[in-house]
Amino acid sequence: MLNVGRINEGFVLDHVKAGKSMTIYHDLGLDKLDCTVAIIKNAKSNKMGKKDILKVECPIDNLDLNILGFIDHTITVNIIKDGEIVEKKDLHLPKQIVNVIRCKNPRCITSVEQGLDQIFVLSDEEKEVYRCKYCEEKYRGSKR
Amino acid sequence: MRHIMSPLDFSTDELEKLMDLANDIESNPDKYAHVCEGKRLATLFYEPSTRTRLSFEAAMMALGGKVLGFSDSTSCSATKGESVADTIRTVSCYAHIAAIRHPKEGAALVASMASKIPVMNAGDGGHQHPTQTLTDLLTIRSLKGRLNNLTIGLCGDLKFGRTVHSLIEALVRYTGIKFILISPEELRIPGYIRDDVLDKTKTPFEEVTRLEDALPQLDLLYMTRVQKERFFNEEDYVRMKDFYILDKEKMKLAGPDMLVMHPLPRVNEISVEVDSDPRAVYFKQVQYGMYVRMALIMTLLELEV
Repeated sequence: MLNVGRINEGFVLDHVKAGKSMTIYHDLGLDKLDCTVAIIKNAKSNKMGKKDILKVECPIDNLDLNILGFIDHTITVNIIKDGEIVEKKDLHLPKQIVNVIRCKNPRCITSVEQGLDQIFVLSDEEKEVYRCKYCEEKYRGSKR
Repeated sequence: MRHIMSPLDFSTDELEKLMDLANDIESNPDKYAHVCEGKRLATLFYEPSTRTRLSFEAAMMALGGKVLGFSDSTSCSATKGESVADTIRTVSCYAHIAAIRHPKEGAALVASMASKIPVMNAGDGGHQHPTQTLTDLLTIRSLKGRLNNLTIGLCGDLKFGRTVHSLIEALVRYTGIKFILISPEELRIPGYIRDDVLDKTKTPFEEVTRLEDALPQLDLLYMTRVQKERFFNEEDYVRMKDFYILDKEKMKLAGPDMLVMHPLPRVNEISVEVDSDPRAVYFKQVQYGMYVRMALIMTLLELEV
C-alpha cells in the first residue's frame, strides 16, 4: 500500500478517471506552480474499479477549478484547510473555456490568426454544448 | 462604441428605427448628403466582392464621406502575414468606421475586439453577413409591408450560404414566420442554426428537396447561389451547382404576390427570363442595400440630421 502524507492547505481531487490525472495536471496549470503535487494513478476504487487522485498543496485561491467542470463534472473536489476538509466543491460547466480545447473548423479565423485565445462558450447547458466564440462551430472532440 | 457582427446585435425595435431611417433616406436623399462630411470609411476586403464593397462605398459617398481600403488580400499586408487584429489597429488610426470581409469565420469579431472604431461585418466566410440581412429585411418590409406572418422559402446552398443563416436568425424574432428549407441533402442547414435558432425559438420549418412542391405555399422565395469558393472539392461543386434553376415555368406555380429575392451574384439558379417578372425584386434589393448601409453607418457613428 502506497502512503502519501496529508496536506495542510490545498485540494484533493478524487474520483478522477484512471489515466486522466496528467491531463488535469496540465489543464490546471500545475506544471507552472511552485507547489507540492502528488499524483496517484490507478488507485483502487469501490465505485470506479480504479481511479486517479491528485493532491495539491497550495493556497486555495491559487487555482481556477472551473475547468474541471468541463473535463469531468463527476470529479470530487475536497478543499483542505488546517489539515481538514472544509468544503466539498460542486462542479459546474464553466460559461467560457479559454485555451483548453482548439477549434477544429478549418474555416475558423483561429486556424490562421496569431496570438488569438481559443475561446469556447457554453451555448446549451442542458446538452453540454460548447461553441467556438468566433465561428460558433460546435466542439465535437472528447472533453480531454 | 457599437459594432455589427450579427443581425442579432440590434433588437427588433432598433431595427425598426434603422429601417425607418433607411426609408427616410430613400425618400429624401438630399437631406442626408452631407451628414458624413469629414468622416472616412475603411473597406477591408480580404476576398473579392462587387456588390457589398461598392454598396458600402456608395453609401459613405452618398452621405458626404470618403472611403479608403483594399479590395483583395493580395493588395494588403495580409500577404506579409499581418494579423487581422494588427490591421484593424492600424486602420483605426486612419478611418472613423470600417467594413471588413474575410474568408475566415469569426474574422470580423477578432477585428472588433482589437478596434478603436466601429466595425461592420461585411461577411466572414460561411458564417454571418449581417448587412445583407439588413438589406433583406428592409426589402421585405418595404415591399411586403410587414416582417411577420410570412412563409419563406430558402433555396439552394443552405449549408455554406451565410446570407441564409443570418436571415433566419433575424426573422425568427418576428411572429407567424414559417420556413421551407429547399436544398439538396448535402447542402442542408447546419446543426447550429437548426438546434440553436429554429428549434430553440419553436419556429416551424420543413426541409424539402423539390422547389416545385414548395412554390405554391410561399410569400417569399429567397434563392441562393451554390458558392464555388466554399467547396474543398471541385467534384462536389459541379454536382451541386445547377441543382435548382428558377425559370418562367416554375414561376407559374407561385402565387401572384410571391417575391423572388437573391443576394446576388446570380449564376444559373435564376434564369434571366424571370428578371422581367414583377415578382422578381433582386435588383430592387441592391438599391435597398445601399440605403440600409447608409442608415447603419449613421447609426454606428451616432450621427443625426
